[in-house]
Amino acid sequence: MKLKGKVHKFGANVDTDAIIPARYLNISEPEKLAKQCMEDIAPEFITKVTPGDIIVATANFGYGSSREHAPLAIKACGISCVIAQSFARIFFRNAINIGLPLLECAEAANEIEDGDILEVDLSSWEIKNISKHKTFMANPYPEFMMGIINAGGLIEYTKKRRGNSPSP
Amino acid sequence: MTLAEKILAAHSGKEKVSPGEFINVRLDLVLANDITAPLAIKEFQRLEVPKVFDPTKIVMVPDHFCPNKDISSAEQAKLMREFAKEQGLIYFEVGQMGIEHVLLPEQGLVLPGQVIVGADSHTCTYGALGAFATGMGSTDIAVAMATGEVWMKVPQTIKFIYHGKLSKWVSGKDLILYTIGDIGVDGALYLVMEFSGEAVDELPMDGRFTMANMAIEAGAKAGIFNVDDKTKEYVKEHFHQCHHSEPFAFCHSEGAERPKNLTQDKLREESQSSEAAEYAKIIEYDVSRIEPQVAFPHLPSNTKPISQVGDIKLDQVVIGSCTNGRLDDLRVAAKLFKGRKVHPKLRCIIIPGSQKVYLDALREGLIETFIEAGAVVSTPTCGPCLGGHMGVLAAGERCLATTNRNFVGRMGSPQSEVYLASPAVAAASAILGRIANPEESI
Repeated sequence: MKLKGKVHKFGANVDTDAIIPARYLNISEPEKLAKQCMEDIAPEFITKVTPGDIIVATANFGYGSSREHAPLAIKACGISCVIAQSFARIFFRNAINIGLPLLECAEAANEIEDGDILEVDLSSWEIKNISKHKTFMANPYPEFMMGIINAGGLIEYTKKRRGNSPSP
Repeated sequence: MTLAEKILAAHSGKEKVSPGEFINVRLDLVLANDITAPLAIKEFQRLEVPKVFDPTKIVMVPDHFCPNKDISSAEQAKLMREFAKEQGLIYFEVGQMGIEHVLLPEQGLVLPGQVIVGADSHTCTYGALGAFATGMGSTDIAVAMATGEVWMKVPQTIKFIYHGKLSKWVSGKDLILYTIGDIGVDGALYLVMEFSGEAVDELPMDGRFTMANMAIEAGAKAGIFNVDDKTKEYVKEHFHQCHHSEPFAFCHSEGAERPKNLTQDKLREESQSSEAAEYAKIIEYDVSRIEPQVAFPHLPSNTKPISQVGDIKLDQVVIGSCTNGRLDDLRVAAKLFKGRKVHPKLRCIIIPGSQKVYLDALREGLIETFIEAGAVVSTPTCGPCLGGHMGVLAAGERCLATTNRNFVGRMGSPQSEVYLASPAVAAASAILGRIANPEESI
């Protein structure tokens, strides 16, 4: 699958409170959460984001709490994937589980700039910076995790594994 | 193998596991709270499985925005309550509930050698009792509730050895803040932090809970302590509530091969890392050189020793949370508050971590000390730690808290500031109106 979009660039340690402040965790609907995405660190983000856009950040993106509201808010505001030098582990699992693609690539994370246009090929792990005519290769996921992604998320993967039959 | 590897091997039906390996892990306990359960329940329902795998192994605690802070929170708590009732889960209503990571060990639900997953990042707290415990998101928890299993990648372990004797007023909180300050907020990313050495052997269980609790703040998957006599005493004292296993037997999941007639030697071997265990890294500290620590905004790694803090005036002090809301924490604070007053320009909010902590503190006279000092004492809740209620900050306000995170906007306005420290530093600071060394306040 190929994704194409404009870059919103962030730095290191973008925490889950920054992605979606805890004061909004009294709601669970992704489209409502999306309206407050990045509110405390980049209030203009939500007004600038257009469907298909891509977040690029440096180290430890998604640091902090286990709230799945964070990847849900990012996905619901139209972001097609997140590229970072590294991801916090709970955020990583959550994003894979809900079908928000993440790509780990230190070089891309450091060189890509705000406003660049990228084309990302999820089958070849290729990140093309169309604005700067440069291509990067992200680290591929282990085969096991590809199973979850190809199934469309953890719920679908689990249903498939259980043969979709209700347990006794 | 390390202790973490031993526990994971025992829960995946393997003799041995190695870092990097993907395994399916059988679970002893699954946890969710009022902000993560609603999403988990929604995903669980999509699985079209009528019943959870085992209602006696799933716990739900309304602690984050409860007692309900507003209508939306009330709706979420109601949804969780109804699901818990319908499925017959272990559920603690307001009146019995506490902050989940204070409550579960106290209720004897956490045993050494268990694997526990919770839809809360501070689930790693239970590593203090020699369990492998880690935070996950709601979808993982939905699948865990349905199947009793999760997939994991076996993590490498970093061994931390704390040598020497702790100075006065230096606690588990100071050790973990110092450690995070040293290795950084992603210094243990995807890894297990194993805490050892004579200084942590001396720590009370409450101090160990504090250290394991903040392993996530260094990016770790889990924090863990080897099982010793203090662990065993704690488990013995709290086990009476727990029905499904013998207290000291290493707790294997149902279905896993359960060793018969465990000898004391075998038990010891199973509840500790082997001498020959392989570590990603070994980091050693001389704790006698560690002062009380303060983490400045806006990262827990942004630490300074108390002697280098300078003059920082405060508007609020919070003592509580899953990090420092236990009886020992309140005892230390009360020792400093005894016969002294909260500074007139400051609000001091004290939140016992559970009803039991509250009642014990009441019986010991600690609550009286707090009220006489001019502090307010709240019902157990996560409340202000994550900017929910019971002490949210306005723009420009500054708070010192015994909590675990000081991110932008964590306790309220994105223009407010949170400093992290121990209960001793918090109490001293509340008395003096600025961040203070406990020695200064007595």
